Amino acid sequence: MLRTRIIPVLLLSKKGLVKTVKFGKGKYIGDPINAVKLFNDKEVDELVILDIDAAKEKRKPDFTAISDMVSEAFMPVAYGGGITEIEDIKKMFSIGVEKVIINSAALINLDLIKEASIIYGDQSIVVSIDVQKNFWGKYQIYSHAGINPVHKDAIEFAKAAAAAGAGEIIINAVDLDGMMTGYDTNLIAKIAPHVSVPVVACGGAGSLHDLKAGYQAGASALAAGSLFVYHGPHKAVLINYPSQQQLKELFN
Amino acid sequence: MITVIDYGMGNLGSIQNIIKKLGYQAEITADLNKISSAKKLILPGVGSFDKAMQNLASLNLVDVIKQKASEGTPLLGICLGMQLLADSSEEGSLKGLSIIPGEVKKFIVPPPLKVPHMGWNLIQYNQACRLYEGFDVFEETRFYFVHSYYYQCIHQQQVAATTKFDITFTSSVFKDNVFGVQFHPEKSHKFGMLLLKNFIELT
Repeated sequence: MLRTRIIPVLLLSKKGLVKTVKFGKGKYIGDPINAVKLFNDKEVDELVILDIDAAKEKRKPDFTAISDMVSEAFMPVAYGGGITEIEDIKKMFSIGVEKVIINSAALINLDLIKEASIIYGDQSIVVSIDVQKNFWGKYQIYSHAGINPVHKDAIEFAKAAAAAGAGEIIINAVDLDGMMTGYDTNLIAKIAPHVSVPVVACGGAGSLHDLKAGYQAGASALAAGSLFVYHGPHKAVLINYPSQQQLKELFN
Repeated sequence: MITVIDYGMGNLGSIQNIIKKLGYQAEITADLNKISSAKKLILPGVGSFDKAMQNLASLNLVDVIKQKASEGTPLLGICLGMQLLADSSEEGSLKGLSIIPGEVKKFIVPPPLKVPHMGWNLIQYNQACRLYEGFDVFEETRFYFVHSYYYQCIHQQQVAATTKFDITFTSSVFKDNVFGVQFHPEKSHKFGMLLLKNFIELT
């Protein structure tokens, strides 16, 4: 049967690999190409690469850097950050990226999602939504790497994105980013059953047990940053990934 | 030299990357002459069936692909490229290449399963096929899949492997020098590398 996908998320900032907490200033943890090589050796299911500066700085993706990373990755790679038009998507696919992740640009206009999914197929267009609980406990969407609040309901927007042609929705819980205390399973359960496409949970995973909890809440795939780049209570940088045997036992 | 047919259907960068990694050269082209003189052909593809057949037709490539297949040139169809080897698809109304008899059908799965069938899944061997030479039969063989339609092969002896996703479907077909895989070997780690190496080194 289809395996549950477990996806390391790599954050790029100022040409380095970083890890954030609650979308704050990134801590430098190493060289991105080296990290991709290590994850490739560990035969990870898939990789997500996010340039967390691109949207904020209103610039294009760094195609050369992404190309160098992808040429070491023999698993599917999804890239997000600074994708605003069809031409960006076309370039990404030509260098060997499988999926593009669109976040801020999708919030402005879902037409890009529609157009891209018609040209490249739903499966290659991913919409990522950054969600934060507001003062009243309501789930609020933020754009531009968690900076700007957007007046859209997270669940309705996820449905609209899927209807527009997104083949997958990443739900990123901003408050839990880097906390390693577990996913917001409530948020996942609120969205996953209501959209027709796979939902990827992101934000908060700190253990293999958390991955399973995210799956049980309804996520089709589980993404994590800290879990796969840190080791031990002092968060020593160590690229890691569960073995196939561990994953099999976890999800059976 | 491996000739990868570029007919405007999806991602060729990753195929080029892996062929290079394996130590071979790939030429990515839609040129009729280059394709008709190719030693080995890969027909990749992501997107819809009819659009793919339309593109092949407008590039005048339908006949040359069929001819190369019948002449014995090794041909590997990947994902949609495999489905095009069939006679027809529920996804569209155009005829396929009709190289390996079969019909492409849409997945209809009960919740919580979702279509597309996306992610890593296992294959079970059905017939000995040269693409899987050297594979460890005691190890689970997994590949990365992304598709909403599946190939229903007519002749069991042309089914190289099957995969289970609610139903059991044909994930790998072959007939003489022609091969089709539903999954993406170019994105399937060591399993995909070995499969592509086997194809590239076919004599």
